[in-house]
Amino acid sequence: MADETPPCGQGNTGTAQAEAGPLAFVRAYAAFPLPADLNWLWTFGAVLVALLGLMLASGLFLALTYTPDAGLAFSSVESIERRIPYGWLLRAMHMTGASFCMAALYVHILRGLYYRAYLPPRQAVWGSGCALMAMLMITAFAGYVLPWGQMSYWGADVAGRAVATLPLVGGWLGRVVLGGETPGTATLHRMFVLHFALAFVIVGGIALHVAVLHRRGSSGPSGRAPEPPGGMLPFHPYFTARDMLAVVLVALAFVLVMGLWPELIAEPANYRPANPLHTPVDIEPEWYFLPFYGMMQFVPFQLGGVVLAGGAVAVLFAVPWLDKGGRAGEQPLVRLLALALLVGAAVVAACAGRHHAHGAWLLAGRMAMGVYYAYFLLFLPWLGRPTTPVASDDAKEARA
Amino acid sequence: MIRLMGMRAFSSLPRWSGRVLAGLWLLAAPGSAVADGRPGAFPAWSFSGPLGHFDLASVQRGYGVYAAVCSACHGLEQVHYSDLAGMGLKAEDIQALSAARQTMDGLDAEGHVQRRPARPDDRILSPYVSPAAARAANRGVAPPDLSRVVMVRPGGASRIYGLLTGYAPDAHWQEGRGFRNPYGISGFTAMPPPLHEGGAQYADGTAATVAQQARDVTTFLAWVSAPHQDERRRLGVGAALYLCFLAGLFMILTRRIWSYVSK
Repeated sequence: MADETPPCGQGNTGTAQAEAGPLAFVRAYAAFPLPADLNWLWTFGAVLVALLGLMLASGLFLALTYTPDAGLAFSSVESIERRIPYGWLLRAMHMTGASFCMAALYVHILRGLYYRAYLPPRQAVWGSGCALMAMLMITAFAGYVLPWGQMSYWGADVAGRAVATLPLVGGWLGRVVLGGETPGTATLHRMFVLHFALAFVIVGGIALHVAVLHRRGSSGPSGRAPEPPGGMLPFHPYFTARDMLAVVLVALAFVLVMGLWPELIAEPANYRPANPLHTPVDIEPEWYFLPFYGMMQFVPFQLGGVVLAGGAVAVLFAVPWLDKGGRAGEQPLVRLLALALLVGAAVVAACAGRHHAHGAWLLAGRMAMGVYYAYFLLFLPWLGRPTTPVASDDAKEARA
Repeated sequence: MIRLMGMRAFSSLPRWSGRVLAGLWLLAAPGSAVADGRPGAFPAWSFSGPLGHFDLASVQRGYGVYAAVCSACHGLEQVHYSDLAGMGLKAEDIQALSAARQTMDGLDAEGHVQRRPARPDDRILSPYVSPAAARAANRGVAPPDLSRVVMVRPGGASRIYGLLTGYAPDAHWQEGRGFRNPYGISGFTAMPPPLHEGGAQYADGTAATVAQQARDVTTFLAWVSAPHQDERRRLGVGAALYLCFLAGLFMILTRRIWSYVSK
């Protein structure tokens, strides 16, 4: 089939007509204008990309040895740790990487909340980011089941029962997730495929997230000011250099945790092989799920707990509609205080989750959950209430 | 004593990391408390702390104790004999060491368990053919696998050491509870006092006191629980120093690039 359109990129002339091809793409990417007053919190996107690259690379090599079978999974992970050449390093990187990914993700999201990065015209950036967060959480959970230690098994059991509490489809969905009534080989196959496949979906999601960002322009710390102080600067070399430095600094923290303080992120109970006949005294997820695990326990009936814990994640999707973008209460101090309360609430909910949410912890946990939801359902609408007429935003579309 | 052995093992580290660690050694070295063999006084473990390292001589002696005493009931199911190369053994040593042990090899024509000398790529199995057999032979309690015991048991190495040395002199079996031992679960353990004076022979001439055996076998079990720990720590220190250097360079680069932007 003859293509009648004339070739648009004749050589690397560097003129405006050379708009196709990888080189032009890289050039356009490097020239992408960003507000000059971006601070260090804007480097966490690059940090996340670096961490996810590491997860993908180490995960591919781990998958060469890992065997998703209830009878073999634990010892295949043990053989990775003990006798595959540098298998211990691959697994250590993958385990540390999971915690660092989630930590960087939370910082990235909190930055977006604080600077109201979800306001028009960037709702799609926020939405795609929330979808990525949900996928990353599912991937992290599925990955934690794979080593088939005690926490893996009982974590899968708790998750299966949580899904089964949903009305109408719950029982069916629980059996689909676990592949039976209790976790087993079928669960491992599901989790392995989910973990592996979602990793690549996330790569695609990141491409989409970045593409939308380039279309809508980056947010900045000066909020909705039409022109950021200092003007705009190209992505390269100003922000590439800064992002590289941030990646190196995070890598430094990464190797310190991985090499010298692995007990910060490793759960010793998961080095016991899964035993369906012996329920551990303390079933608890990784630290990054603890706030939501806590919220699951704060409600006397199961369905309510599941809905509130799921809602705590889902409410992030609704943020662009909750905060209407008004300029009331735009003082940074108020937003900082509210955000500190939100983080504090998550920490209290996590602690209460670890302490089985009874006695004083139950009370504290319920209050924390109230504060958490109040941030989204009361504070954001108050922040965004339109007291002053909102100026047309189109003028300030960041694509200078 | 511990410290002297520690220094010897320390000097065997690759030179570059030796220099690196030398400055930090005083910070990382465990307190100068030396185990005096009193039950309840824990040795200063050379491998604890973020910059600790295993005393491989002690690990090797500990394997001797495991082979002579513990392996009568406990397996190391996740460990292959060849993995023991990591405690400083050569291939011939592993060959000899595995050939000296029997392992299960399926059933014969009459359904009896066959045994044969182990090979380096065999797992270090429990001596019992099944968990049920293990329970039947041990008053209803199956001896746990020791592959990760120091990692998964709360209390870690000192708890294991305490358990091995913490029996009262007249400890006896109490029906339904076990032997009184302050380091057992709720003050009791099903394991009979395993270590006795001279219960294991040391090739290097170390006196095989109960405290010495307990210390060595605990060190061995800690090593088995984390066989690549020393390598991982060395890598962590080396990579961290390299990244500090790299971060310095990037800091200079970033400052220089941003110096063109008027504040």
